[in-house]
Amino acid sequence: MTTKKKNTAFLIVQDNEDARPIIEAVEQDNPGVNIQYEPGMVRMERAASLIVKRETVEVLKGCEWDVQELHLVLISLAGNVDEDDEKFELSWG
Amino acid sequence: MAAKKLNMRKRYELLTRGIGWETSYQKMDDVFPYDTFEGIKITDWDKWEDPFRLTMDAYWKFQAEKEKKLYAIIDSFAQNNGQTNLADASYLSAIKLFITGVTPLEYAAHHGFAHLGRHFRGEGARVACQMQAIDELRHAQTQIHTISHYNKHFTGLHDPFYQSDRVWYLSVPKSFGEDALSAGPFEFITSISFAFEYVLTNLLFVPFMSGAAYNGDMATTTFGFSAQSDESRHMTLGLEIIKFMLEQHEDNLPIIQGWIDKHFWRAYRVLALVSAMQDYMLTNTPMSWKEAWDIYFVENGGALFEDLGRYGLKMPKHHELATAEAEHLSHQVWSVFCALGNATGFHTFEPSDEKMDWLSEKYPNTFDKYYRPRFEHWKKQKEDGTFEYLASLPQLCQVCQIPMIFTEVKTDPMQLSFRNTKFKGDNYHFCSDGCKDIFENEPEKYVQAWLPVHQIFQGNCGGATIPEVLKWYKFEPEDGGDYFDSQDFRRWQEWHGKDEPAKTGSDN
Amino acid sequence: MAIVAKDGYIDFVRDKVENFHGNQLVLVSWDDHLLFCAAQAFPLPPEMPFAALVSEVIPSVFNWHDEFKDIDWAKTQWNLDGEAFSPDMDKSLAENGVEHKSLIRFKTPGLTGLNGTRI
Repeated sequence: MTTKKKNTAFLIVQDNEDARPIIEAVEQDNPGVNIQYEPGMVRMERAASLIVKRETVEVLKGCEWDVQELHLVLISLAGNVDEDDEKFELSWG
Repeated sequence: MAAKKLNMRKRYELLTRGIGWETSYQKMDDVFPYDTFEGIKITDWDKWEDPFRLTMDAYWKFQAEKEKKLYAIIDSFAQNNGQTNLADASYLSAIKLFITGVTPLEYAAHHGFAHLGRHFRGEGARVACQMQAIDELRHAQTQIHTISHYNKHFTGLHDPFYQSDRVWYLSVPKSFGEDALSAGPFEFITSISFAFEYVLTNLLFVPFMSGAAYNGDMATTTFGFSAQSDESRHMTLGLEIIKFMLEQHEDNLPIIQGWIDKHFWRAYRVLALVSAMQDYMLTNTPMSWKEAWDIYFVENGGALFEDLGRYGLKMPKHHELATAEAEHLSHQVWSVFCALGNATGFHTFEPSDEKMDWLSEKYPNTFDKYYRPRFEHWKKQKEDGTFEYLASLPQLCQVCQIPMIFTEVKTDPMQLSFRNTKFKGDNYHFCSDGCKDIFENEPEKYVQAWLPVHQIFQGNCGGATIPEVLKWYKFEPEDGGDYFDSQDFRRWQEWHGKDEPAKTGSDN
Repeated sequence: MAIVAKDGYIDFVRDKVENFHGNQLVLVSWDDHLLFCAAQAFPLPPEMPFAALVSEVIPSVFNWHDEFKDIDWAKTQWNLDGEAFSPDMDKSLAENGVEHKSLIRFKTPGLTGLNGTRI
């Protein structure tokens, strides 16, 4: 069992209205997430993994949301991608 | 009642599998002649999977949506005379270097992926490459559309593709693109999708575009981030193809490691231009090159290679040198542009006093000690009216084609780094061990390099004098030189109601 | 290591000396003077006397630097392609062993750049 520092997974999105519910959903669903606002963009980072859940985004948005709509505001990411209809997850093994 | 919508996994499977076939009256190897000679062994193409599971119908839908958003912003930027709200017109030097250096590389990448979209044997990989080919074309187009607005008001933006094929510093990105394009398909995708896009492209599209926002250039920010959303998909594709190749056969590992070593170094050298954009051309800089390098390469790249360690893959060779150079790179590149500023298609300028203080703060180990003196010297010469540009041509590296400006940063940062070798009786010179290794692995390729300085001396560039060569580049006399002597600067002053030209080095 | 290629590889050298119209390319660098960001390139006839390199070619570019006028050529230390060497000023570049794309570096003791900063 290793005790060394876990690598950082991150998701960067545009700082706009479409992205706001996604950012809030990440905040709710990822304990310890660090959210940084930089000019034009928002960087969300967390040790080992980071998840965006469809259900949370839909509640915050108040309408249906397809996980692939993330592409509309996505800027960059780090981690292995696991995506399906319910979630978009980044993780380092 | 409408049929139940299929889930993402199922849709992806249906739309990327079973659309190819085993050929009967032609041999498969004749139909797909390029995907074996590099020695990469693929036993089951169906193991290829796009983690985003993006299908063509979803691709069109989302790309159309992105375009609508982008063009709405481009229109409003133009209608509101956004060009007058920039931090300073000297910022445009970065955009001039971007459209001449980066946009033609996007177009070259489009060619490469179109080729792969035809020639990979597996349908899933072909579909992903076809999408990327369209993405790359879209990037070139949206960059041209966005920047064409600036072309109405500023110099140096009129002929990026023509210049990409000729200009001394543009041969750096051009030769990198051609190096990848002239390789086989697996090396090409390792180069562009993995070494460039996964490992390094964040350095261009994230902090630099955030910097564009910081300097009031919403149009560039938007095409940059819009392109980068495609890049996220490309990065994921890049990582996927590496894992796919490594899982297919153990013999693939040494080949892939060699390509990663090579193309990491090639792509990193191209980004030397970006380091100068980040630290010097952005008027206001939210993040230094060194800070960006630490986050996006040291930390993020480190995590990536740690993850890939389970396949036996190692960090790219010479990555420690790239990290050691992070405190020197932008200063060395901007110095050469300032010294040769009569031969650039954008304006150069010594950093303002405020900027120099920012550089001292961000580069406490290097800026004051090694770099501030040369900028202060030139600044004083300009004030005294004794400044002249260096009227000669520099030695170029045979591989990266950058003038040999890099120094021995680990042992003596004021000593130029000279490396050389002989091949079939001729001398060849390199800026670094990284470039020398690349040459020695494939000398037959790099002895063909079209080095701009050597081409001028061979009489292939319009004439023997600098004005003749610049004319052949289609540089107009007002394109280069010092920003404070430029048409761009005078126009900027007029827009902002300033009759008296400001003093060299002043802030807006 | 040989190149991996699909259909063999053409044998083509773009910078053969024959392509330089009777000249050869000579690269010259002044140590400890980084105001010159890189070594400078010159197309020169191989039969040019080394003395002409010093009296004509080098000044045409390196006099850009304020310290150039203070050089004592008798004390200058020369290096050709990585080896210390003593050029015979009356002999030609070729006779001095200067080849196509040779790198000549010179060091000027006592002169270490503006205010000793090595620029």
